[in-house]
Amino acid sequence: MAAVTETIEAVQAVNDGGYKWGFETDIEMDFAPKGLNEDIVRFISAKKKEPAWLLEWRLKAYRHWLTMEVPHWAAVSHPPIDFQDAFYYAAPKQGPKSLDEVDPELLKTYAKLGIPLKEQAILAGVEGAGDSPSEGGRMPIAVDAVFDSVSVATSYKERLAKDGIVFCAISEAVQTHPELVQQYLGSVVPQGDNFYAALNSAVFTDGSFVYIPKGVKCPMELSTYFRINAKSTGQFERTLIIADEGSTVSYLEGCTAPMRDENQLHAAVVELVALDDASIKYSTVQNWYPGDAEGKGGIYNFVTKRAACRGKRSKVSWTQVETGSAITWKYPSCLLIGDDSVGEFYSVAITNNRQQADTGTKMFHIGQRTRSTIVSKGISAGHGQNTYRGLVKISPKASGARNFTQCDSLLIGDQCGAHTVPYIENRCMTAKVEHEATTSRIAEDQLFYCRSRGLSQEDAVGMIVNGFCREVLKELPMEFAVEAQKLLQISLEGSVG
Amino acid sequence: MLKIENLHATVDGKQILNGLNLTIPSGEIHAIMGPNGSGKSTLSYVLAGREGYEVTEGSVTFGDLDLLAMEPEERAVAGVFLAFQAPVELPGVGNANFLRTALNAVRRAKGEAEIDAIQFLKLARARMKVLNMPDDMLKRPVNVGFSGGEKKRNEMLQMALLTPKLALLDETDSGLDIDALKLVSDTVNALRGPDFSALVITHYQRLLNHIVPDRVHVLSAGRIVKSGGPELAQELEVSGYGAIQASAA
Amino acid sequence: MTAVTGTGPAAFLGRHEGLRGRLPGAALPWVEALRDRSAAAFRAQGFPTRRVEAWKYTDLAVVNASVFGEPLTGVDDALALPPAAGPRAVFVDGRFRADLSALEGLPFTVENLASALPRLESRLGALVRPEEQALAALNGMLFEDGLVVTVPDGVAGGVLELFSFATESERAPAFHPRHLVQLGANASLTLVETAAGPATARYMHNPVFEIEVAEGGRMNHGRLQQEGRDAFFLSTVYARVQAGGTYDNFTMNAGSRLARNEIHVALCGPKAECHMNGVQLLADGQHADTTTALDHAAPDCSSRQTYKTVLSGKSRGVFQGKILVRQIAQKTDGYQMNQALLLSPDAEIDSKPQLEIYADDVKCSHGATVGELDAEQIFFLRSRGIPLEQAKAILVEAFLTEAVEAVADEAIRDAVSRAVTGWWQRQGIQGGIEAA
Repeated sequence: MAAVTETIEAVQAVNDGGYKWGFETDIEMDFAPKGLNEDIVRFISAKKKEPAWLLEWRLKAYRHWLTMEVPHWAAVSHPPIDFQDAFYYAAPKQGPKSLDEVDPELLKTYAKLGIPLKEQAILAGVEGAGDSPSEGGRMPIAVDAVFDSVSVATSYKERLAKDGIVFCAISEAVQTHPELVQQYLGSVVPQGDNFYAALNSAVFTDGSFVYIPKGVKCPMELSTYFRINAKSTGQFERTLIIADEGSTVSYLEGCTAPMRDENQLHAAVVELVALDDASIKYSTVQNWYPGDAEGKGGIYNFVTKRAACRGKRSKVSWTQVETGSAITWKYPSCLLIGDDSVGEFYSVAITNNRQQADTGTKMFHIGQRTRSTIVSKGISAGHGQNTYRGLVKISPKASGARNFTQCDSLLIGDQCGAHTVPYIENRCMTAKVEHEATTSRIAEDQLFYCRSRGLSQEDAVGMIVNGFCREVLKELPMEFAVEAQKLLQISLEGSVG
Repeated sequence: MLKIENLHATVDGKQILNGLNLTIPSGEIHAIMGPNGSGKSTLSYVLAGREGYEVTEGSVTFGDLDLLAMEPEERAVAGVFLAFQAPVELPGVGNANFLRTALNAVRRAKGEAEIDAIQFLKLARARMKVLNMPDDMLKRPVNVGFSGGEKKRNEMLQMALLTPKLALLDETDSGLDIDALKLVSDTVNALRGPDFSALVITHYQRLLNHIVPDRVHVLSAGRIVKSGGPELAQELEVSGYGAIQASAA
Repeated sequence: MTAVTGTGPAAFLGRHEGLRGRLPGAALPWVEALRDRSAAAFRAQGFPTRRVEAWKYTDLAVVNASVFGEPLTGVDDALALPPAAGPRAVFVDGRFRADLSALEGLPFTVENLASALPRLESRLGALVRPEEQALAALNGMLFEDGLVVTVPDGVAGGVLELFSFATESERAPAFHPRHLVQLGANASLTLVETAAGPATARYMHNPVFEIEVAEGGRMNHGRLQQEGRDAFFLSTVYARVQAGGTYDNFTMNAGSRLARNEIHVALCGPKAECHMNGVQLLADGQHADTTTALDHAAPDCSSRQTYKTVLSGKSRGVFQGKILVRQIAQKTDGYQMNQALLLSPDAEIDSKPQLEIYADDVKCSHGATVGELDAEQIFFLRSRGIPLEQAKAILVEAFLTEAVEAVADEAIRDAVSRAVTGWWQRQGIQGGIEAA
């Protein structure tokens, strides 16, 4: 309970309407020169003191990227991106060697972000502040914070190490667990998978790495906060999570960025691997700067997220709340390879003002009796355009496979658009696929009913929208759920009446 | 005190209320009866501030407040409560969450401290017991999948929790069996007091056996055409509306 | 006639050039302009590949690679048709056959396109978008004949049957009839169309329909596609419905090696309605594609779609359905359901229902299900003494019933019922149904 209250307060403290994460932090930064070429790739690799194989891996990705075309099929539109007009490496100059050295400015940033307050003590270097996992009756959260291109701090490391869990920056994992990184990096999202994944593979700078050993149930939520701070930078983080046989982990990510007139690119790659009987729950609350009401500025959020359920009875569950970004283009997907493996996708996407979102999932049923569930809630307001695009593909060998998809759109106002584009491809006789989609609006009598009970117009909208999204929000860990509910309401401010 | 003077209102450009005058002093319960289409529901919606119900003339004051100038939620927190004839469904919105949010909105307006989830559950459960409502109705989405009787009881639960100064009951008796009718009237009667007044809108006299009104008014073609004591309701039951409409014309 | 060899778009474009001045309407500049525009559009698109989104699941490579010839002219096949039970128009290899048709005493006008052409400037091509639909472009370039129906205001047209037959021919004819139907205000018509051909003949039937329904008009359009098993049936229907009008389409896709049933309906006036239903019945080696596009372009309109596909053997079914609701189309009520039943481990179904909504006060939904026969239901029937094959037959029929029952017009419903039963019986005889 206490944690929830804290989070509510933290959230309330930072939001009185509008985008409240739009501050910029004044920290000395270390930049690579603008633009992209092989030297930049080498520069990044050298900065990270990477082994030769990884540099080669990056260069291969870069060379492949040069042969690729910008994808244009998603139902979004944006002016062409000049990939030479951005910094591909930006890091705080005082790279923190330990938690004690964290720049105070950075800590203020986290306070403003409303990162669970306990973690600030950890990030501030108060040793042992978080090393008793169940104090106050709440589950602690281990946090990795990625600031522009670098992971600046990871908390609870020692506590996790006791169980053999590795939770660190991926650049660190390259040094400390090279065999794991080499084995799994690119094994779910190959370097040439798509334009932005290739770009990421060439220039990724940091991100989180998680390894849960056999049979271990991770004792706490693992969390990463991403923030783009510097001007003209792109953020290309790369996250790799491996859940070994019989292990369980819940991972959260949150994202914010300052308000800027220019568009900034965020092109992350997330790879999840679940072995026999392993289970990964991956939750995202994405609140990148959406641009202003006229559509100026904002983040282009072009992300590749994919999970491989390699093991028998493995399970991956994606939950996302997408409220930010000028353009969102992401399809967290599951390769259901192991027999009886399970994939889930729960999504809320809001587009207000000039935001565009094209999001959904792909479920590839390969193993026998594989099951997937898709629940998507799209909310369009202002001039927002919201598209659900999803694929359910059932291979001939996936006998007994099951899919259920529920896809609902809510329109607020008559200037916005809601689109549903599901693809169902079934080559298996014994598979069963069900898909439902609906479109609705907030009914006038619902608003009046709430208002006649004393709720303000905006609270009434917030309440009805949260009700619309309930099936998804209940999948989020408690702390995030509260934050997400608030975010939904803030994102829709000014959309009614 | 509710004071309605010369109220004219249109819906979709159609004149429904035609110079309605009505005063309900604090502490009194008045009933409005009338045939279908006489403007009963329109009156309740106009008083609660529903969009699309346009007042073209007249005034409504509630205490010293100009009710017509207020937003629906302002009226609600000022103590006006409309029990809907057809309560609205809110998919996904938990009943408990909805009730507590409404209650806290009213409490804030009164300058009272907001109540937390635990206090609220205690309070709500006590009221629900009286209304013979199972606990799980708090968990279910507001009015979704509720039977007609459950919806009406949910309206009464809201009224009991929000303790309004003026309750507008819009045909709350329609479709209720005798037990449910008794629960409704018990809820209203329990609120009776010097600071509570109510306008009971009904087509039948039945409800008025349980909620005995101080005054009964007959609405016809958007105006009050006859007023009297509780005995007027009985009279109508026997003679019907026809006689009164004829004599008023 | 020019002997045409070669394959693909070049062969068809060459035919257009070769026949220039000889195709119907050659003397009419507007017809020539229409053919040229269509040719340019077809040249630009060719036969769409699967990289074109609208053709993601249907591969025309086999069409592209086939050699087609001209339909023979003037050969009077001894086509044995039963005497007409009612009004009917008969086309053989795409050409109108007055001798086989029965069109006397109708309360409306029926003509054949080739002779009515000079009077059709405002109608022909009014609804077709050759730049977007390559097959309609191909049709616009090479059409020779078709049915022209004009029902005056207020006239109840009754039932008209349209038969299209292909003949056995070495030439693998390709024909591209263009049919125009115009219903006046409050007029009505039931058009029951049957397309059939010899079981083993290779041919391409590429019809385009342009259907205009004026205020309060009511068009029932039933289509029984029972082409030969080596045929290509590539059909595009355009319908435009004005205020208070109704366009109902029921299509049974059962024949052909490859069938594309593409329907574009625009609801252009308030309270217009559209019901589109259909069944696809596929046996080994067949590919059938139903693609619908419903354009809600006016307020208060409603649309209902139910499509069912039954697949046996190595067959592939496709359903693509898009509902577009424009900003102006408030109070739209749109519903679409597509369901598939797989009776064989080698069958494949691809489905892409799609909503594109720009108005907020609308009720739109779609659903899709894919599955096999319910084992429990089969068991229940068998436990009541019904043999396995019959139990399956009962369940397949039950599955199809929903789409068939949705057909409002009795004449069409009866025809469909008979066709479905006939198809099913043939499957039984051929043993096309694998064990569950």
